[in-house]
Amino acid sequence: MIETRDLSKRYGDLVAVDGIRFSVQPGQVLGFLGPNGAGKSTTMKMLAGFLTPSAGSASICGYDVVESALAAKRLVGYLPEGAPSYGEMSVRGFLEFVADVRGLSGDARRRQLDDAIGRLSLQGVMHQSIDTLSKGFKRRVGLAQAILHDPKVLILDEPTDGLDPNQKHEVRALIQAMAKDKTIIVSTHILEEVHAVCNRAIIIARGKVLADDTPSALEARSRFHQAVSLTAENAAAVRDVLVRIGDVAAVEIDAQDQRLTAFPRKGKAIFASVVEALRANAIQVREIALEQGRLDEVFRQITTSAQEAA
Amino acid sequence: MNPIRILFRRELASYFATPVAYVFIVIFLLLSGAFTFYMGGFYERGQADLQPFFGFHPWLYLFLIPAVAMRLWAEERKSGSIELLLTLPVTMGQAVLGKFLAAWAFVGIALALTFPIWISVNYLGEPDNGVILASYLGSLLMAGAFLAVGSCLSAMTRNQVIAFILTVVACFLLLLSGFPLVLDFFRGLNLPQGVIDAISGLSFLTHFNAISKGVLDLRDLFYFALMIGFWLYATTIVIDLKKAD
Repeated sequence: MIETRDLSKRYGDLVAVDGIRFSVQPGQVLGFLGPNGAGKSTTMKMLAGFLTPSAGSASICGYDVVESALAAKRLVGYLPEGAPSYGEMSVRGFLEFVADVRGLSGDARRRQLDDAIGRLSLQGVMHQSIDTLSKGFKRRVGLAQAILHDPKVLILDEPTDGLDPNQKHEVRALIQAMAKDKTIIVSTHILEEVHAVCNRAIIIARGKVLADDTPSALEARSRFHQAVSLTAENAAAVRDVLVRIGDVAAVEIDAQDQRLTAFPRKGKAIFASVVEALRANAIQVREIALEQGRLDEVFRQITTSAQEAA
Repeated sequence: MNPIRILFRRELASYFATPVAYVFIVIFLLLSGAFTFYMGGFYERGQADLQPFFGFHPWLYLFLIPAVAMRLWAEERKSGSIELLLTLPVTMGQAVLGKFLAAWAFVGIALALTFPIWISVNYLGEPDNGVILASYLGSLLMAGAFLAVGSCLSAMTRNQVIAFILTVVACFLLLLSGFPLVLDFFRGLNLPQGVIDAISGLSFLTHFNAISKGVLDLRDLFYFALMIGFWLYATTIVIDLKKAD
């Protein structure tokens, strides 16, 4: 479990993190979203015990990250941004070093090493030096290091950055597999990832929490939520039909692919009435879809309005 | 296992995982040999001691030790691995000490590999081996003090070249503070003799020369221990201040 109370970090005049307050329970996978420079990494560095907060506090399973730093660090697995490690070491040497520092020994050490190596499919590169590995493998070594001691809390700063789509899929599956009894924070700016792994999302910008909700609730804030989009032969004619439906607020035609989108009035469902209107007017549609809402649009809306306010 | 020991082992192994260790050791042995025989007049003196050998150590260390020390923290900061290291369950003190001891042990290995010169002098004559042992101890302590200075300055920057230059300059001043070059400057200021003595007392060279005469005065040993302790403590403060940027 992670708890922060008015956590802040200042660098001189610059306020990187400004009074952030949230708590994450075991079983939750929290997606940390925000533009570059929003304070995501700084917050994670404070949670992991690397940076000292300028004000406020944070605790890991009840251990304050400053007062009981060692106890807190023991419970955390941390993947720093860019997955740094000791390049001249072999993968085996590096993971064994981390296992030793983490105080693993005997059977537990062997079991945990095998488990982490297996989960991240590192068997083939154990004797290679980390410098010679591809970006994807380096990232996986960083992840293996973070999960090595089966930590209660996992803090992963951009765990899928630089991975190819297959590797991304594997890492997401790994996070989901570990989510059951752990508290996990994942930072990312890939929004599809939030849907794939997180059951909660926090959007921060300029060091402040702007939204804290489930991914689907965030999507519901989008004007695309419950909108109906379709493609048909004569787009302009279809639009005339759709705008006459009572609950339809607006209809837009995408200039590029001529796709029509009908937006509902707030809180209304229009799918059934759209289908009915199309049938009544004998309009042939090539395909039709009910939109869930677009996270990227919500993200842009929230973060840019914060920028304008400032 | 103690975290300091684990860090020490990893760090020491990393010297030998790259050519750094071998280049350093070979250069150190070549230069210390060359200085001893060509500039120190090892044979011409006709004396069975290692004074010409140890006499050049401060000057050899002045350039070689900063080269070892510069990577201690600058490299960790550059590669970002400092973030990994300091989020493992180790204290700052353990991390600083583990890395320092590894560097010191590494220099100790290089110093130990000069043993053929000790064999030579014993073959050629009958030196006072007690003095030689004391000189080795003094040389090792001085190397430790150089390294501790380098550790602190290396923590100030992520650029190893800057760390190297800063360390050379700092060590140069600490070496020379017992020399007329520095002391005359302070005498010219008409400072009280006590201050001059204090500055002169800060000199690496004064204390090293005392030990390498074979006189193991507790004050000289204390001096190096304090010097190392002070600079390592300063290292932890500098890392704390600078790790964010």
